[in-house]
Amino acid sequence: MATETSNSAALTPIMFVPRRQPVGMVGFLRQVIRVRLALAGLVVLAVVVFATIFANWVAPYDPIQVDGYRSLEAPSWSHPLGLDKYGRDVLSRIIYGGRVSLPVGMVAVAIAAAVGVPLGIVSAYFGGKLDAVIMAATDALYSFPSLLLALALVAALGPSIINIMIAIGITTIPVYARVVRSQALSVREHEYVLAARTIGSRDWRIMTRHIWPNVTAPIIVQSSLGMAAAVLAEAGLNFLGVGVRQPTPTWGSMLNEGFPLLRRAPWLSISPGLMIFLVVLALNVVGDALRDVLDPQLRHSRGTEV
Amino acid sequence: MVPVVFFVSVIVFVVMRLLPGDPILALTGLGSEGMDPEAIAHMRKELGLDDPVSVQFGRWFFGVLHGDLGNSTRLHQPVTEIITSRAPATVQLALSAWLFGIVIGVPAGVIAAVKRNSFADVLATLGAMVGIAMPSFWMGILAILLFAVILGWLPSNGFVGLWEDPLGGLRYLILPAVILGLHLTAAIMRQTRSAMLEVLSQDYVRTARAKGLAELKVIGVHGLKNALLPVVTVMGLQLGRLLGGTVIIETMFAVPGLGRTAVQSIQSRDYAALQGVVLVMAVAVLVINLLTDLLYARLDPRISYR
Repeated sequence: MATETSNSAALTPIMFVPRRQPVGMVGFLRQVIRVRLALAGLVVLAVVVFATIFANWVAPYDPIQVDGYRSLEAPSWSHPLGLDKYGRDVLSRIIYGGRVSLPVGMVAVAIAAAVGVPLGIVSAYFGGKLDAVIMAATDALYSFPSLLLALALVAALGPSIINIMIAIGITTIPVYARVVRSQALSVREHEYVLAARTIGSRDWRIMTRHIWPNVTAPIIVQSSLGMAAAVLAEAGLNFLGVGVRQPTPTWGSMLNEGFPLLRRAPWLSISPGLMIFLVVLALNVVGDALRDVLDPQLRHSRGTEV
Repeated sequence: MVPVVFFVSVIVFVVMRLLPGDPILALTGLGSEGMDPEAIAHMRKELGLDDPVSVQFGRWFFGVLHGDLGNSTRLHQPVTEIITSRAPATVQLALSAWLFGIVIGVPAGVIAAVKRNSFADVLATLGAMVGIAMPSFWMGILAILLFAVILGWLPSNGFVGLWEDPLGGLRYLILPAVILGLHLTAAIMRQTRSAMLEVLSQDYVRTARAKGLAELKVIGVHGLKNALLPVVTVMGLQLGRLLGGTVIIETMFAVPGLGRTAVQSIQSRDYAALQGVVLVMAVAVLVINLLTDLLYARLDPRISYR
């Protein structure tokens, strides 16, 4: 074992392997892959965001232009990803699909952070009974399988893009409340907080001026990972058919339409899924890289990685 | 635990109150014109819908504590009966996925940690990254395409109980279980790897090696046993996530379980059944988390719960 570097393996007994820094060809490759992956993730995101914003110019066809004579046409030069049941261009629909998925991801995360972050700070700062109540409530929210809760919420609020954002946002609140609370708990014990209290600063001022600026790093990290989860959740809801109605294309609803036709027209299902996968992977990779940079405590002990 | 369960039922109750439609009209199946306003008022009084919300909640909560979840409007039978008849499929699916995750994830994590920076490690880490970003519904589509449509080895949908027909049941179970367990496998692998890396760098591992213990024993007894603690937490936490994942997987593979029941209930506006499934799943997650905590205490003698 561990003989990938011939010169050091002769000198280093096996027992020291785990402590060794990544060395040798594979170790070097590993570091390159890490940096390159984060870069690739950013490039993928940039391309997708660009294509989504300028969909009018980028998309080769009108995404809702129906052509009954060309239903389920296989991929070709003029239509690289084929045509769907109604003869609509799949590539154009995927490009326009980002106009739903990306805003849903961003707004859902914003909603979750807007509620979860203050809850976490207040909970950690005041402690005691208030902390116990807030944590019990977030634990309760956290114990619902998130997709199931989002499903029930969308059913309750009615299917619309706004309600999907709200539903996914609500299910993500506990994540922010927990992350921010644990960070704020340690920030609260710092001398500058004690000093602020000694000179008579009010609770509000301490929370907004002293604690908030010191809990932003995990929030940024969580937002990238949270957006990945939100894009997945949105696609899941639309795949189950509870989300946005036709003809607005979304990646999830394209899968929903394509799935029953899987045997006849597999291209309808493969390309939207690949798109979701790429965007989620890119967001995860960027989130991991952000954590390495912004969260020095986690950089060395990656034990909290879930 | 008790306050959390209370909050869980409050959330379920609130979501149910948000659901659209007048319960009287839903119950009678008549439009608002078709009914005598006096009769409606009488029914409202009869059903206690005129009482304050807190009283209504108390009555409903009392029923829940006595195992009364109301009646399904779609299937015309008590919700508790529906849940007990649908739960076995979900439990079989979730447990098989969970077992798959442990059987693959733990050894992969150990190998990746022991042979750090080897080709196997890079492969496992990249695999985990992909596994975490892969939407289960897309993975399901690809797997059905390959194993059911192209190769024709496995059925693409349906379910047979493992008790009635173990071999036939396994044929139906294998695709949905593996796909459901993929995310868990990736999470367990990552956690096992980082925990093992941490443990293997400890002094007692060096001591064990120095006194000439067989490498397998060092890894197994001194390494894995101590690295298992955080892994157990992930296993417990992810089992809850797994239950949420059954919603999509069961719908996709037509498995008659709780997740599919939830989706069908939404489509047919059967809110009593939906509410029952959501409540049962949340409580199941809470119980699993509690068991995880207790197991944690057993594995680590330093932790005790008073």
